[in-house]
This record gives sequence, structure tokens and C-alpha cells, in this order.
Amino acid sequence: MKAILTVLGRDMVGILARVSTTCAEANANVIEVTQSVLQEYFAMVMLIDISKMNCEIDELRKRLSERCPDMTIHVMHEDIFNSMHRI
Amino acid sequence: MLNMSDIMETITMIQDENLDIRTITMGISLLDCADSDIDRSCQKIFDKIHKYAKNLVATGETIEKKYGIPIVNKRIAVTPIAMLLGASGGDPVKYAKTLDAAARDVGVNFIGGFSALVHKGFSPGDLELIQSIPTALAETELVCSSVNIGTTKTGINMDAVKLMGNVVRKAAELTSDRQCIGAAKLVVFCNAPEDNPFMAGAFHGPGEPDCVINVGVSGPGVVRSALSKMPKDASLDEIADTIKKTAFKITRVGQLVGTEASEMLGVPFGIIDLSLAPTPAMGDSVAHILEEIGLDACGGCGTTAALAMLNDAVKKGGVMASSNVGGLSGAFIPVTEDAGMIDVARRGILTIEKLEAMTAVCSVGLDMIVIPGDTSSEVISAIIADEAAIGMVNSKTTAVRVIPAIGLKEGEELDFGGLLGSGPIMKVNTSSPAIMINRGGRIPAPIQSLKN
Repeated sequence: MKAILTVLGRDMVGILARVSTTCAEANANVIEVTQSVLQEYFAMVMLIDISKMNCEIDELRKRLSERCPDMTIHVMHEDIFNSMHRI
Repeated sequence: MLNMSDIMETITMIQDENLDIRTITMGISLLDCADSDIDRSCQKIFDKIHKYAKNLVATGETIEKKYGIPIVNKRIAVTPIAMLLGASGGDPVKYAKTLDAAARDVGVNFIGGFSALVHKGFSPGDLELIQSIPTALAETELVCSSVNIGTTKTGINMDAVKLMGNVVRKAAELTSDRQCIGAAKLVVFCNAPEDNPFMAGAFHGPGEPDCVINVGVSGPGVVRSALSKMPKDASLDEIADTIKKTAFKITRVGQLVGTEASEMLGVPFGIIDLSLAPTPAMGDSVAHILEEIGLDACGGCGTTAALAMLNDAVKKGGVMASSNVGGLSGAFIPVTEDAGMIDVARRGILTIEKLEAMTAVCSVGLDMIVIPGDTSSEVISAIIADEAAIGMVNSKTTAVRVIPAIGLKEGEELDFGGLLGSGPIMKVNTSSPAIMINRGGRIPAPIQSLKN
């Protein structure tokens, strides 16, 4: 089981570190990371393995939002993207 | 990994363009609850709804969190209560109160099925149920009612049409201290679908399985946004193509949610209703899609053509995205539930006559229209008859949900709050159809019904 984690917002020091630490604490394995910084905006998409995660998807999102309060964070099961964009 | 722009597209749809699952509706058959004693019958109904639907809301919430998409409503549709009333007799309002209590018990937003199917005539229980609708809707909060008065196969039961004009008025009168909300929970159908997940017209048809999950998707905002990115000189073929692609994506999410809910609840998955259902929220309007296609204001000339194309493209896109499509499936045009419609109705650009034309090319009918409080029941009956005739001849579902604003004058507004929205009183042609309505009888089935 995999989920897609997205982080959007103003670029600042330590975003990647905070996000990956939170994932590690939840026992979610980071499989792939794509990130880009356009002017001062930061966008990151992470594919994480949630099969051994020790909390629910929504709980992980809450923890991430607490740790990165200025960023917009979504954690969604990958099936919603697969069903929408792949036939 | 998935393409980053695809991922961002999905997130933008949910976050900025109001993409949501409008409803997961559990259909429950109550046929095995019928009893000759009304109290025993009510107890069986309460127990069965509790048993089947106790996890419905929690399941919906789990799916919401897993996929990050809002599921706005969790609802229940049941067997038309007139069928149980036929067996038990007694006071139909008892059934309405039982349904209301059962809905509160499991925490759903609405329960539909305080209904009767009388398109060819009244069987035991039907008349009593219909006459009790105003009281039932006034004394309950979550119960929705519908009556099917015609089909393409059988014609239109004009005795029922006459009756329903009265019932709609009375439903509004009994709730005149609450924005006439009773009439907003009552739909009069022609060709009612048995698996419609949307309220107020949802009921669980007698041809349905014991229990089933139906899903209604939404997404006018997503379609409007996709069209707004197209150049103003793009041809209508290109517009239709974009609507199809967008409808496909929206419906796939509905299919995913429906399949998941059905697995989690251990209940078969019924259908996806491919409807563009607006809400009063900004950016979630069907009228705004029509304006995005190129109309100055929804309700002007060209509206019917634009809507016909939109409705058709939504179906074409959606049908491949789902294993089973059903319900109403089309674009909804409820006036008070659509910010764009409210706006053009206030400005007098959108009239009931134009809405009637629009209902010939889309689902569902004259929906959520506030009419003057002094509109006679004959005129309401005639509105129902006109709309039913469109449905009967065109082999499609049509419905009437008008709300007589008791005690208010033209120019004033009703405000229901929430998804039901608010809207101005619209002008109704008051020339009297009384003689025709009072004739009663049946409008015979049209020649289109002879297909065998």
C-alpha cells in the first residue's frame, strides 16, 4: 500500500527534514521524492509505503501539519490518483 | 511514480474546485418488515435500518480520510413506505417518525422513501400515505418523500396530479414558520428511477436487492474550471471533449469510493449516478458552467442548447468510468442550490418557462423553485402535469420540487440554509387550469410506450 504526500508553500530551511522525520516516526518508508522550487514557492511530492505504518493516513497528515504549520499538506492513498489518471 | 501534474490536478480539484462525493446512499429493502400490526412493523424497520446502516457513516468517514476527498452526505433510501402501509394500515406518520428516529440513530443526513408509486392508480396504502405527507414532513426533520405519478409505459395519473398540487401546498403551509421546508423535502416524479441516490427523491425500488450502495458524485466546479482554461474561440466539439474527459475523472473517483464502501460494508455496489450536482458554494454552480461555455447569463437564449451538450458530454465521459451507471445521471438545475441560478433568478433573467425547456434536455426537472405563496393548488398540479408530460413523452425522468413561499410576496426570498440554499420567489403564470385539473382520470400512455 502506498500513499502520495504533497507539501506546498513558501520555501524555508528544513522542510524535507521535518517531513521525512515525521514519516520515519510513523514507520512510513519514503520510496521516491520529487521536489521543485519555483521562485520562493516550494512543491514536493513524495511516494511513501504505508503498509507498515503505525498510524492512519489522516493521523500522519495531522502530525505533518503540526510540524510544518505554514505549508499545505495532503496525504492521500495512491489509488485515487491511479483511478483518475490511469485507465 | 505518477506524473506530478496529474497529482497536482487531483489536489486542485478537491481543494479549490469543490470536487467531492456528494453522497453515499445505502438502499435498504423493508419488504420483510411488513406486518399487519403497524407498531411491530415500525419496530422491525428500526431494527433493520440499525443493523444494516450502523457502520455507514463511520465507513464514509474512513474513506474520506484515506483518499482525502470529502464525502458530503451519507444517506439511506428505503422501500416505498406505502407498500408497508398497505399491509399494516394505521397512521402513516408513525412510519415517518420511525424513519426519522432510525436516521438519527445511525447518524445519516437524510432518509428517503416516504413514498408511493401511483403512476397507474392507487393501491391500498397509497392514498393514506399521500394524504399524510404534509404532516409527516412537518413532524420529522430527516425524512424525504416522493410520489411517482406517471411513466412512459403507463401515462400520467391525473387524479394523483390533482392530489399532489394540494399536498405540495399543504406541506409548505404546515412548515411556514420554518421557511416552508416541508415542500423542499417532497418530489413529484414521472419515470422515477429505483436506484437514485440523491435526495429528496431517493427510494429503494421493489426491483432492487435487499441492500445496496449507490454513489452520487459532484463536480460542477471542476468542469467549469477546465472550461475556463480553454481559449474563447475553441469549437464546441473541443468544449464537449473537455467536459467528457473531466466527467471521466470525476466518475472514476466515485467508482473507487463506491467499490471501497461496498467492500467495507459487505454490501453489493449498485450504481454511480453521473450527475453534476451543484451547491450554493461559490464555484460549484451548473449555471456558471453554461456561462463559461459562452452565455452572458444562464437563462438567456442558447441556454437549452448549452445544457443539452453539457448533459450529454457528462454521460459520455462518465459511462466508461463506471461499471454500472444509473439513478438520474445528468446535470441538475436546482435553482436555490446553485449560486449562479440564484443570481440570474434574482435578476429576472431566468424564468420558470425557460427552466421547463431546460428540463427537457437534462435531469431532473423543476427543482427547488420558490413560487409565490398564493399560487393555487390547481396551478401547482398543472406545473406537475406539464413536467410529467415532458418526461413521459421523452422517456426520461422529470420531477417537480417547488416551494410555495406561504405569506411572502414577489421579490422576497426563502432561505433554507445548508445545501438546500436560498432563492427568490419566481413568477408563475396564474391563468387557471382548474377545469382540466379537476377532470381527473388518466392521460393515456403515449405511442412511445408500445415498444414490444
